[in-house]
Amino acid sequence: MNKKPRVLVIIPAYNEEKTISEVIRGVQHHAPSSNVLVINDGSTDDTARVAKETGAKVISHPFNLGYGATLQTGYKYASHHSYDYVVQVDADGQHEPRYINDLLDVLKSNLADMVIGSRFLENHGYKPSWIRKVGMSILRIIIILVTKRSITDCSSGFRALTQQLVNFFADIDYPSDYDDADIILLTHLAGFRIKEVAVTMCESTTGKSMHRYNKLIYYGFKTLLSLMVTLLRKKPQR
Amino acid sequence: MLLRQKIFVVFVTIGLVALIFDLVRRKKLREDYSWLWMLTGAVIFILAIWHNLLLFITRLIGAALPTSTLFFFGVFFLILINLYFSVKLSTVTNRLNKVTQELALLRDRIESHSPNK
Repeated sequence: MNKKPRVLVIIPAYNEEKTISEVIRGVQHHAPSSNVLVINDGSTDDTARVAKETGAKVISHPFNLGYGATLQTGYKYASHHSYDYVVQVDADGQHEPRYINDLLDVLKSNLADMVIGSRFLENHGYKPSWIRKVGMSILRIIIILVTKRSITDCSSGFRALTQQLVNFFADIDYPSDYDDADIILLTHLAGFRIKEVAVTMCESTTGKSMHRYNKLIYYGFKTLLSLMVTLLRKKPQR
Repeated sequence: MLLRQKIFVVFVTIGLVALIFDLVRRKKLREDYSWLWMLTGAVIFILAIWHNLLLFITRLIGAALPTSTLFFFGVFFLILINLYFSVKLSTVTNRLNKVTQELALLRDRIESHSPNK
């Protein structure tokens, strides 16, 4: 008899007390057999308490480390507890938990090691600002040139990963802030398979998405630099 | 280079090197962080007292005045020191991230096994 795969949904959270309970409830509703882990990245509000009261397991950083480092804490936890699959969902309510099973289905069919929830695979009416559009197009072109295949949504944080990929991410020097195109490139270079699934995303209700407008320039610079150095480094070993 | 300028530079560099020695002696500054400061002081000191070398380097790099060469090396070493500290700071930040992650995971493990939970 096949053992039911163990799934961990990780939710990195920094000052998301207003939205976190709704996100957890959504995950519990749409993926009831999964375990929910909130990694509280040094929040100064009641995020940890609200998450615990909603029924999630909470691990807290003593201070703010950044989005990527918070995700990696989740990967380390998942790796240590040997979860078969990990799904990462943002705490600000952007990612709709109803798609979790769509992402997992691709992994369970052994078609990929990373599945990205893409806003652009199908036209669901998402309209980014022009500056973001330009940035995304540049990243997309670089990814196409290197991987010889198209990834439509490099900056989506809605992803599902297999245990092998989670173990890999738990061990490497994972970027501590943004973890977008460079991680996709690294995943490809390490020989893991990437697929996308069409999803819709909501606007961040707290208005503090990881990619705020005033951070876009830094984000663009950092991502381009990370892409270049990822290409120049030795091929990563699995 | 005027004798007065020479004496001034020699005093400043000797003061700098003495300060670094004292900081290392009092364990306020680690040895591995002090070597680039020492090197800066030593280079400026040598250039200040060895006038012919200073003139040679001034001609070599095309500077107008020997004092410009001294300033150039001063600024150049400051840039090197900044870069060196940026590298050290990056290493420390990476280590701090790892330690913090491990701390959070260990605390969770301890709390999971705590009977008072």
